[in-house]
Amino acid sequence: MKRKYVDLHLCPNIQDAEGTRCLVDKASALGYDAVGIALPVGAGEKERWLVQSICDAADVEMVSRVDLRPRTPDELLALLRRVRRRFEVVAVMCESKTVARQAAKDRRVDLLGFPQLDFRRRFFDRAEAELASGCSASLEVDVQPLLMLEGTPRIRLLSNLRRETTIATGFHVPIVLSSGTCNANLLRRPADMAALGSLFHLVSSAGLEAVSKAPLGIVERNRQKLGAGFVAPGIWVVRRGKDC
Amino acid sequence: MLKRMRRRYLGLALDSEQPVPREKFIDAAWAAITRLYGECGASKADLRLIDYDEEEGLAIVRTGHTEVEMVRAALATVTKIADKPAAVHVQRVSGTIRALKEKTGRRR
Repeated sequence: MKRKYVDLHLCPNIQDAEGTRCLVDKASALGYDAVGIALPVGAGEKERWLVQSICDAADVEMVSRVDLRPRTPDELLALLRRVRRRFEVVAVMCESKTVARQAAKDRRVDLLGFPQLDFRRRFFDRAEAELASGCSASLEVDVQPLLMLEGTPRIRLLSNLRRETTIATGFHVPIVLSSGTCNANLLRRPADMAALGSLFHLVSSAGLEAVSKAPLGIVERNRQKLGAGFVAPGIWVVRRGKDC
Repeated sequence: MLKRMRRRYLGLALDSEQPVPREKFIDAAWAAITRLYGECGASKADLRLIDYDEEEGLAIVRTGHTEVEMVRAALATVTKIADKPAAVHVQRVSGTIRALKEKTGRRR
């Protein structure tokens, strides 16, 4: 069966329809079957419809996604209550350790992200991985900084990513490779993304899973959960009526 | 007995607004490999430009079969060629030039 490729993190400026179209068209041309579009927390139906129509025209599946940047665990919980039912994928950029821990143990969080350049605030350690493995959170790695950085910052980033990948693999935390860009020039083919994963000890098969099976699993699981008949994992409402 | 080196041919597509001269392309590829893996790593890659179509923005490069991932990763990090935004996408990888051309539908 043909593998389905997903890039879960495109961040176009939604107000710029032409730029969004260019980005989505490029993703489609590079072989992605589905793309995650980061929408603002307060995105309305109009914005969603616009992005959906662009994705339909490019023959690529749209996944709605929100990036949360809470400063405290309480703020994270409040945001999750607001957005969880409205977006298919919820990513949390963990900028403090308390937020990182709360995000890792909350089942409503799908993706954990960490500051790309502030290496002291990359909190993905063994404790974080243990919490994440108990829930459904995955570690997201954006490749954009790998392409943009040079010299010492890239060396430090690769070193951190290597350590985090080893920890995540040890605790069976899925790794998701995304582009994390608004620039069509920085999109890469799925196989090239997997090759970039080899820079931080993701073997070829794991790299391909990080752009196909892992993100697709998140999307399918959340679509089931957001479906009308979902009650709990494994339990669905099959039929309603007095004769049930 | 000395083992014969197994080669791999990579069909590349250049994504750039303007045509990229052959020398600029190979310089960018070598620079990317050297930046990422150093001179020792670059020497292992043993990269050769086999064919280049400036107009179409297509290229064929050769490397060893164990260095394909390395070359792929390095080429993926190319974001500029001759100070202009550009990207290099690996279209296909094959063991022979003929098979590569058949797979990518190139006649030459």
